[in-house]
Amino acid sequence: MTFGVVRFPGSNCEQDIVIACRYLGIDVDYVWHGDTDLSGFDAVVLPGGFSYGDYIRTGAVARFSPVMGEVVRFAERGGPVLGVCNGFQILTEAHMLPGAMLRNRGLKFICETVPLRVEHNICPWVDLPEGTVVRIPINHNEGNFTADPETLARLDANGQIVVRYCEPDGTRAPGGSAPNGAADDIAGICSERGNVFGLMPHPERVCDPEASGTDGQPFFTSIVAHMAGV
Amino acid sequence: MARYEIFVTYKQGIFDPPGATAERALASLGYDEVESVKIGKYIRLEVADGPNELARVAEMCDKLLANPVIEEYRIVETEGAAR
Repeated sequence: MTFGVVRFPGSNCEQDIVIACRYLGIDVDYVWHGDTDLSGFDAVVLPGGFSYGDYIRTGAVARFSPVMGEVVRFAERGGPVLGVCNGFQILTEAHMLPGAMLRNRGLKFICETVPLRVEHNICPWVDLPEGTVVRIPINHNEGNFTADPETLARLDANGQIVVRYCEPDGTRAPGGSAPNGAADDIAGICSERGNVFGLMPHPERVCDPEASGTDGQPFFTSIVAHMAGV
Repeated sequence: MARYEIFVTYKQGIFDPPGATAERALASLGYDEVESVKIGKYIRLEVADGPNELARVAEMCDKLLANPVIEEYRIVETEGAAR
């Protein structure tokens, strides 16, 4: 199984993804944003960063990169697509995932490791028991996910809410546990079929125990096991 | 050539973090009369004359300049740019 990690002008976390994959024994290579050929890749990752300088809106310009048409077709064929941080923003701008990103409540760029709770979900990217709490860093200015109430209800009912921000013990504070103000404490969602997954936190940064931790590993190994039919 | 001014703002009901912050800041400066602040974007386009000009500008807004999921826009045609 080979992951393709797309490099947009302004991406800056693509190497983190590649290093995490290699650490976990996953074959991986870069894909240039101007490429239109994804043959040879079994999963596609849109990494974090500031694609096209975040101009207009985060992800708004990257969405029209030549590679994105092929990423849409890849996902339509059921191919697994992961968007981390700016990658998640690009997926919403491309309407591959519902909703949109606002600036963080309080206007602060937030860089900290936060607890996330795995929800009951249909997403093959995260095969962890419901209620599992993982600690993963966030690092963003526009992670305040929003969607209309009908969309939020539908995401919840369909098992498309994959991870939520929570308190260290896995509960959710009455006033919300999302440090960025995200609706319904949403940190990551998947598409109706489950194969497209976007999240604001950076699981690739907690894959090597000598550097940070291992909480992010299942966010890469789950899909490999799923594709292998394990 | 025509000039278009485009005002992009959040839709009703969408939380506007910069607007809310400015609202609190103005209140703390003593401007108690301020009831609401909304902050948006101003975009100016100069467009060569052609068919379906306004419809094409609206299309540009829907595709790129605004995100219809959270934003709405108002297009104002102003005087043609002097050339």
